[in-house]
This record gives sequence, C-alpha cells and structure tokens, in this order.
Amino acid sequence: MTDTTPDTADFHVVEEEHHDGGSMLGFWLYLMSDCLIFGILFAVHAVVGQRYAAGPSPADLFEIDMILVSTFMLLFSSITFGFAVLKMYEKNIRGMTGWLLVTLVFGLAFLVLEIMEFSHLWHLGATPMASAFLSSFYFLVGTHGLHVTAGCIWLCVLLAQVRLHGINDANKTRILCLSLFWHFLDLIWIGVFSFVYLAGVLL
Amino acid sequence: MASTGELGRGTMGAADAHPLWGKLSWDVFPFYDPILLGTFVAVVVLGLVVFAAVTRYKLWGYLWHEWFTSVDHKKIGIMYMVLAVVMLLRGFADALLMRGHQALASAGYVGYLPAYHYDQVFTAHGVIMIFFVAMPFITGFMNYIMPLQIGARDVAFPFLNNLSFWLTVSGAILIMFSLFVGEFAATGWLAYPPLSGLNFSPGVGMDYYLWSLNIAGIGTTLSGINLIVTIVKMRAPGMTYMKMPVFTWTTLCTNVLIVATFPVLTATLALLTADRYIGTNFFTNDLGGNAMMYVNLIWIWGHPEVYILTLPIFGIFSEVVPTFSGKRLFGYTSMVYATCVIMILSYIVWLHHFFTMGAGADVNSFFGITTMIISIPTGAKLFNWLFTMYKGRIRFEVPMLWVIGFMLTFVIGGMTGVLLAVPPADYVLHNSLFLVAHFHNVIIGGVVFGIFAGINFWWPKAFGFKLDPFWGKVSFWNWLIGFYLAFMPLYVLGLMGVTRRLSQFEDTVYSAYFFMAAIGSLLVAFGIAAFIIQIVVSIRNKEALRDTTGDPWNARTLEWSTTSPPPYYNFALTPKVYQLDAWAHMKASGYVPPKAGFRKIHMPRYTASGVVIAALATMMGFALVWHIWWLSVSTFVGAIAYAIAHTFNYDQDYYVPVQEVADIEQGRAQVGAAS
Amino acid sequence: MRTLRILFLALLLPILGGCEMVVLRPAGDVAVQQGQLIVYATVLMLIVIVPVMALTVFFAMHYRESNQNASYAPDWDHSISLEIVVWSVPLAIIICLAGLTWVATHRLEPYNDLRRISEVQEIDRNVTPMQIQVVALDWKWLFIYPEYGVASINEVAGIVDRPIEFTLTSETVMNSFYIPALAGQIYAMAGMQTELNAVINEPGDYEGFSANYSGNGFSQMRFRFHGLSQTDFDAWISKVGADTRQLDRLAYIDLAIPTVGHEVEHYGAVESDLWDRIVNRCVDRGTLCADDMMMVDALGGGGLAGLTDRWRFADLCTVDDPRALYYLLRPELAPANTTIAASPASPVTPASSALFDDEAGD
Repeated sequence: MTDTTPDTADFHVVEEEHHDGGSMLGFWLYLMSDCLIFGILFAVHAVVGQRYAAGPSPADLFEIDMILVSTFMLLFSSITFGFAVLKMYEKNIRGMTGWLLVTLVFGLAFLVLEIMEFSHLWHLGATPMASAFLSSFYFLVGTHGLHVTAGCIWLCVLLAQVRLHGINDANKTRILCLSLFWHFLDLIWIGVFSFVYLAGVLL
Repeated sequence: MASTGELGRGTMGAADAHPLWGKLSWDVFPFYDPILLGTFVAVVVLGLVVFAAVTRYKLWGYLWHEWFTSVDHKKIGIMYMVLAVVMLLRGFADALLMRGHQALASAGYVGYLPAYHYDQVFTAHGVIMIFFVAMPFITGFMNYIMPLQIGARDVAFPFLNNLSFWLTVSGAILIMFSLFVGEFAATGWLAYPPLSGLNFSPGVGMDYYLWSLNIAGIGTTLSGINLIVTIVKMRAPGMTYMKMPVFTWTTLCTNVLIVATFPVLTATLALLTADRYIGTNFFTNDLGGNAMMYVNLIWIWGHPEVYILTLPIFGIFSEVVPTFSGKRLFGYTSMVYATCVIMILSYIVWLHHFFTMGAGADVNSFFGITTMIISIPTGAKLFNWLFTMYKGRIRFEVPMLWVIGFMLTFVIGGMTGVLLAVPPADYVLHNSLFLVAHFHNVIIGGVVFGIFAGINFWWPKAFGFKLDPFWGKVSFWNWLIGFYLAFMPLYVLGLMGVTRRLSQFEDTVYSAYFFMAAIGSLLVAFGIAAFIIQIVVSIRNKEALRDTTGDPWNARTLEWSTTSPPPYYNFALTPKVYQLDAWAHMKASGYVPPKAGFRKIHMPRYTASGVVIAALATMMGFALVWHIWWLSVSTFVGAIAYAIAHTFNYDQDYYVPVQEVADIEQGRAQVGAAS
Repeated sequence: MRTLRILFLALLLPILGGCEMVVLRPAGDVAVQQGQLIVYATVLMLIVIVPVMALTVFFAMHYRESNQNASYAPDWDHSISLEIVVWSVPLAIIICLAGLTWVATHRLEPYNDLRRISEVQEIDRNVTPMQIQVVALDWKWLFIYPEYGVASINEVAGIVDRPIEFTLTSETVMNSFYIPALAGQIYAMAGMQTELNAVINEPGDYEGFSANYSGNGFSQMRFRFHGLSQTDFDAWISKVGADTRQLDRLAYIDLAIPTVGHEVEHYGAVESDLWDRIVNRCVDRGTLCADDMMMVDALGGGGLAGLTDRWRFADLCTVDDPRALYYLLRPELAPANTTIAASPASPVTPASSALFDDEAGD
C-alpha cells in the first residue's frame, strides 16, 4: 500500500503495446524440450551403449572417416546458414536464397551419407534388433536424422514462402527460427559424433 | 473371456496384418462380453441422440464456427473442461466397476469381471483420470483464467492452443475407441515392461495406450510452451513478476514442469513403441535390454506430473481463500518461493516410487529425504492459507467449503505420503492398498476438491451467472463423506497387508472394508450427479443467479475487472497494474470503467487447421494400432502437408474496429446499469 | 451428540482393533522394526498435523462472517515471526524424520546381513543364514533350497529364529516378493538378482504373494510361508525330498508355461546349476548365458561373427580354463601354445533330452 494512488484514467494503457518476440522465446522453449528428448536418448545410450549382446561393437562397425565427412557437411551447412541470415539482414533476397540452397545441399548430402551408413550396417546384419547397443544407436542417430529431414523440408517450404512474400516480418522470424533449429541440430550432432562414434571407437 | 488367449495374456489383434484392413476383423468387437456390449449399445444410442439433437436444432454450424475452430483462450478453456467432465464419467464408471467387483470378490463371490477385463479396467481408470480428466481440468483453468489475470487478450500462440486442445481430444478418442474396438492395455497405468512389451502383451491394448498418450502428450507440451510465453511476454504493463497473482505463478511453474518433463514421457514411450513395433531391445529381458531403465525414465516424468496437477490447484486455493476471507493473501512472497521450491524439488524424488528395487541404502535414503523436504514448502503453503483466514471475515460460499474440505483432507494424505517416503516403511506398504488410499487422498482431497472450488468460483466469470449453492453443497458433502468412506478402509486394508490390483481374494476377512469402500464410491457417484444437477438447475435459474457486476464475490484479481462473461477481446483497454491484487487496488481507488477513448484491437482469426490436423492424427493413431500401414502413412503425410499449407496463410489476424468495441462496451454498460 | 460419538467409536473400532493388521503386528523381526518405524514416523508427524487441523477448524469457526466479535484485519498480510514459524516447524519435524530415515534405511537395508534375531536375542555369528532361491514364474513361486537340493512350488518354510537369505529373480515380468508377517518386499526381475534378509520369530503359517501386478494370474500368485521349529523343518524338508521328481532344465521349461492358481508341488532333487541358468536366462540350451554375454561385451563385443553365432561364446569360461574366452576374443594376446576354442563347448549338463541337442545348433 505504499504506492501513491493513481487517477482512475491511469488504470489503462492509452497506446496499445505491440507484443512481439514471443515467437523466438516460444521456439527456444521448444528447442529446450527437444533437447530433453535428445538428453534422454543420450542417457539411454550411456546405459545400454556397451551392451553389444556378444555382437559387434562400434569398433567393428563404424567407418570414422565417412562419419567425419558427414560431420563436416553439417558443420559447413551451419556456416552457410549463418551467411544466409546475414544476407537476410541486408534484405538481399538473391543472396539469401543462394546460401539457403547451399545449406540445403549440404543437409541433403548429410542425409544421403547417413542413409548409406544405415543400409551398409543393415546388410552386415547389424540391425536395431540385434542388441541394445544397436537399438540405441539407430534410435539416437535416426532421431537426429529425422530432425534434419524435417529441417530440409522446412527449408524448402521457406524458400517457397520467401519467393511468394519476400523478406517480411513473418518470414524473417521463420528464417531465424529455422536457423536456430539448424544450429541446434549441429550441436546435437557434435554430441552424437563425440559420444556415440568417437568414444565408441576409441574406448 | 474369449480374448484371453493361450497364455492368458492379451492377444487380441496379435494376428498378422492384412494389407488393407491391418489386424481388424469382426472378432475385435466385444460381442463376447455383455457388460461391454451393453455399454457399447448405450454409448451408440446416446451418441445418435446427441447427433440428432444437434442436427435438429441446426447447431453444427454454430459449434463449428464458434467453438471447434475457435482460437479464443476462453472457449478453448471451456472445451477442455467439457472434455474433462465427459472423461470423468468414463473414468468414474471404471472406478465403480472395480469397487463393486472387489466388494463381491472379497465376500467370496467370483465377481463379474474376469481377471483380464478387470486388469484393463484399472489400467484405463488410471490413465483416463490422470491424462484425460485431471490434465484437461487444470489446462482448462490455466487457459481460461491466466490470460485474464495478466490482462492479456489471448495466449501467445492462439492457433497452437487450439491444436493442443484437439490433440488432447485425439488421445481421448483413441482411448474411448479401445473400449469397443479391440481392447485396452492390461498393464497398470504406467505400463512397466517387460509386461508391456510385445512378448507379454501381444495385443493391441498397449498400442492404444502408446499412441493415445503420445498424441495427447505432444498437445500438452505445446500448450506448456504456449502458456509460458504468454506469461513471460504478455503481462499487462506494471505487472512485474512479484505482482502476478499466485494462480499465475503456479501456472508458470506448472508449465515449466510440463516443458521439462513431458518430453521425457514422449521419449520413453517412443522407445517402448520401438520395442513393440520394430523389435528393438531397450526394455526387453534379452540382448542387453534393461526394464529398470524404463521404470526410472517414466517416473522422472511421473513424479513431476503429480506436481503439474497439484501446483495450479494450490494457485486456485490461493485465490479462493483471500477472496472469501475478505483479506489479502498472507505471505505472498513465501507462497511464490514455496511454489518454485516445490517445482525444483519435484524433479529429484522420482526413485521413491521404487525403493523396493534394491538400489541400496544410500540411494534410497537420499530420495526418501528429498521427498520429505517437499513437505516443508507444502506445509508452509498450508500455514499461509491458515493465516489468511486468521482475522478474516470468512464467507462459507461453496468454493470456500471445498477449501476447508481440502485443508482437512490433504494433510492426512500428506502425512501418509511422508510416511511412504521412509524407505523401510515403504517396503511393507509399497503397492498396497495403503498406497492406493494415499494417492487418492492427495489427488481427490487435493486436486479434485480444488477443481470443484475453482469451477464454483470462476463459473460466474465464464457464463455470467453463479452456480446454484444448494446443489453445490449437496455435491460437496457427498464427495467429502464418500471420499472418507471409500478410502479410509483402504488405509486399513493396506495395513492388513492387502496389495493392489487384485481381482480375486482367498478369504473373506476383508469384505467388510471393501463393502464400506463400495458404499463410499456410491456416495461419490451421488456427488458427481449432484454436480451435474447443479449445472442444469443453475442454467434453468440463470436469471435469478445472474451476475451483472462482473465481480460477484468481491474478488481481488484482474479477471474480475471485466464483465461476466468477458467480451472476446477480454479488455477494451489493456489494464495498467500498480500492485499485487490489481483489481482490489482499482476498486479501492474508485475505478470507473471507461466509456470512450477506445482503440482498434488486434485479434487472431479462427481456423479449422487444428481440428483437421488432430483428426488426421487420430486416424493415424488408429491405423498404427491396427497395423494398417497405408492409412498410417497417408494420414501422417496428410497432417504434415496440412500443417505446411497452414503456414502459407499469412492472414491470421485482424483489427477489431473502434466502433465495434464501442458498441460492445456500450451494450455491456447498459446491462450493468439495468441491474 | 452422544449418538455421534458412538458412531465415531464404531467407525474407529476396526481401525483400533489391530489384531488383523499384520503390517503393525508381524511375526518376523525385520517387519516388526518396519512396523514400529511406521508408528514413530506417524507420531512425529502428528505433532504438526493435529495443530494444523485444529487451527483450520478453529479459524473457520471463529472468523466466520456472522461472528462480528472477531477481529478483522483486511490488509494484514505479513509477519516475519509467523513466517519463521511457518517454515521452521515443518523443517524441524523433517530434520528429525530425515535422521530417523537415514538410520533406519541403513539398518533395515534388505541386502545386509541381519544385526539381531529379535529385540531380546542377539545374532549368533556362527549360524549362517539359510539360503533360499526364489523364482517368480507366471503365475507361481518356485523356491529352491540349495543346501538341501530340493525345491517347492508355492510353499516355503523357514526355521524359527534362524536368519534366512532369499535371493530372487524372475523368469518373465517384474514381481514383488512379499510376506507381510516376515519382512518388507523386494522386486524380483528377470535377468537380475535381488536379495532379502529376514528372520521369523514365531512359528506359524503365513501368507505370501506377489505385490507387483504381473498379468492375468496375478491375483492367484500366492504361497504359504511356514515358520517351523528345527524338528518340524527337518520333517518338512524330508517330505519335500521324498518326492521322486527332479527339477532339471526340461522340467523347468515345462514349469515356466503360464498357469493360474498352481497347486503346491515338491521336487526331491534339483539340477545343480539350474539357479545360475535361470538368473542368466539360459535354461534353454540355445541361448547364451547373460554372464558369458557380459564378459564378451566387457572384452569389446563379439564382433560381426557374434551376430550370427552367439553360441560360440557359450560355456568357455570354466574353472579349468578361465581365460579361454579372453583368448578367443583377443587371440593376439594368447600364449603361443594355446589352442583357441573355436567351436561350442560340449554340454556341461546331462543331455537329458533331444530337445536340447536340437536347439544347440541355432
């Protein structure tokens, strides 16, 4: 009761405030919830990642050179997405579209490499059914792969929307959200690469 | 029972899938079971009557345009409540079936439910009551009340809100389907593997469980994100965090818990789904699987879930007690801190659900003690409500009755809860009826009583007239006495060493207690009936019960500063806040509602996308349950395509012209003047 | 008012009766201590619960609207001293309770050996606990007495005042082994071994059951626990031993077929390594034992060959040749003159049936 009592008229805002920035916060929260899903999958991998059921271990399965190549695909795609965002701030539609397309190509290349790896392992007989380690490996890496797939589809949709409407406020927010998503997936992949592949092969 | 199969496990739909029909066949309909068939016929008849009535009075257009496609947080909130009441009837029917059956079975009769049917009933009861009754109730409250309390026009993402609601409905529809098409899980409500794995539950019941919870769970997560952003970004100017109403605070904490735990549920159920659909070995007995991992993961979600349900209820009490005591809330700051402490602590107690797994004395006592620590902030909250009543002028309206009932009942549940947190005591009481009595004590005595307090408190805000107090009191006393009759005997039975989930008994020494419990559940049934009668009577007498002031209880927070019911834009002019209990402050300062100076208002458009996407998700869930692969893929692709198409619509909001606002406000002022 | 009081007492009577409340009046010392703990903890909590309930009723009555004599302070919402009380009273109770919990949990840890026989009787360090191996099957309990080489279904006996050490596992799903009169429960899980130490102090016939829902026959998954004197126990064991049947791997596989409400059965003999094979999930000869599998995994997995032929790692670790598995997986580390086992070891148990030999191939 320490406040001075204002006039009745002061109980209202005269000029309506414009609410924005909610989308970015909401998307951050979504990413955190997604991060938890990956957190659980990493935790599961920590529990069962060495239960090979007398079957193959990472050292028997992974070709670390190829994984390194696909890691670089994803890292490069993050950089090119960064360039695209810079072009967006310059309102340079052509430049931005170009960099987004490069990002898409890197993303697709990553996916192709992953599919090749999975089918190679499958043909060796190392299926998700073979051991808890393989179940967890396929599920963790596959979930990341599905996210990248979703990111690629989203990228295509955004390219169409930018073509239709240019760089307006709505599209700007969407591009920034996708950019967050993309960098987030990159970060997760670094976890996958070091925790699943590198540690698996080296330890 | 025809479906028990060779091993006595649920095997319905364990057959190979037909390319077109999947595992569906005529045998999946429950023609073999008179209880189910009777229910089925009754539901179909009732459904046809409702359908015919809606068609006869040409209400489809109204429902579609005004409700189903609405993005108005108030309408969505009300729809959540309707869903919760409908599912409460289903969940409670299961409870009556169980109480009746156990009363018979403990008296030496066979009872009317074969074990396999009984197992489905208690599983469905738990799942429905938690996911499709308690959750929609509290989400409904948070949706309806919170934006009004912070002076906002809607939530941050109105379309997402609509989608979240329909995804919850989608989960509920799948569970209702399982009653008549196939079977439901017979695993207990948390479906521990390996029992819930493919080896021991080959039927479709577990698949219904998984897809229903996964679809509904996604809706809940989205809703959690939505409400957090709303609170963080859309509070009225001047409303700092420490000036937010306590209900808004508890809503914030609850939604933080939702966003921090529902992904765990999603991931855990996804792993179990993979075990069942792909044949992975996460939770199997062989090839390195580890079922204990599931038990840990599911409770990492499951324990915070208890507080997701409880915290908003504490918020409701924190609004009701000051209002009906005619006082400011005692110890606002410690109330807020208590809420936050509970939120954080609820994350580090999960292991107390399985002390008997043999984790060792150090681990067990750690989790036992963290559990007890939660009772400190909870106790502080109770004291704060007590001291809010101290030196007050308490009006015993129906919401306040529920609060008193809660305070007396909840402390007993809290006490038995702390008792169960002592590991060696838990060794003898775990999984017993003592435990069942405990969690019903806190969920009915806490959550359900709070829900009824909230409904009676905010009904006039939502509909413009109060609820009939006589039937409200009838409902309260039936619930209160029914609760004690139903669950005090279960405490005793637990101390007599009776475990839960039994459908047959060896001797008849327990029958008196089970009989008492059955009587209690009948009283609760009267309580529910009285609640429905209360609504019907109130609607018929609504002119007599009409609230023209917008503030029938002389309450303290912003939702009471607008009319009852509020206009769709909530506030003609956004309020400005100076103090805690903003509306009490406004009233004390001689506030007069504005007559002029309105501005155009920015509002979201209604959209059908949420309904369509959720309908496709329901079909996808059903197709996945029955292994109808073509339908699963096409509905999944359809839902994604529709969602993408939705993003191509950039015209998702509009401005309400000043004239329209002025007209509506004029009309509201006249109603007020006529009173 | 008088009738109300009588009604109240009538309601309390069954609660106060207590003679049937086995959890509070058990016959085994571990359960006795657990029951006492319930009472202590409840009394401790009532210190704060009772005043809260009394205050609730008192405040609700006294500050009702119609009582205009009561003081009214609409803006009073804060008091440092009351806040301190509000937080410190529950805190004090919980500190006491936490101390009690820590001590009691460590003293009553089911894996630890008992510290006493009963309140009045110290433990005799020369008496070893009786070993009983417990297997939860669908839906019955198997008890193996390794000291006597006998087994029984749905019936188990212990000697009064002699400690018992149960080791438990499950064949299929999770169950909880619980004899309320004896001691608290512990889970029995497939591929896991849990342990429970207990003692029975009074002779008698007690009830035991699964306290964790396990499927269709769960309600009938009950057994009797007999607390017997030494002589009665010897008589009981010889009765069990008199049964001519042997519980070998084949008999066990038959037994593992789900049944509901299984009758009490006895086996006069038990195959020696059956328990180990149940725990390691390799009663069926076609499967690799879990301990072998874990050994292979600890050595870095069995390679791609292990995908098609896990059986090659079976039964390699024996007392005679403890490093055989190690050398198979790490041939480069084997001494030069070692012959590396490359084919399945010969069956270690009597090949009592063609079934086993058939399955050995896959």
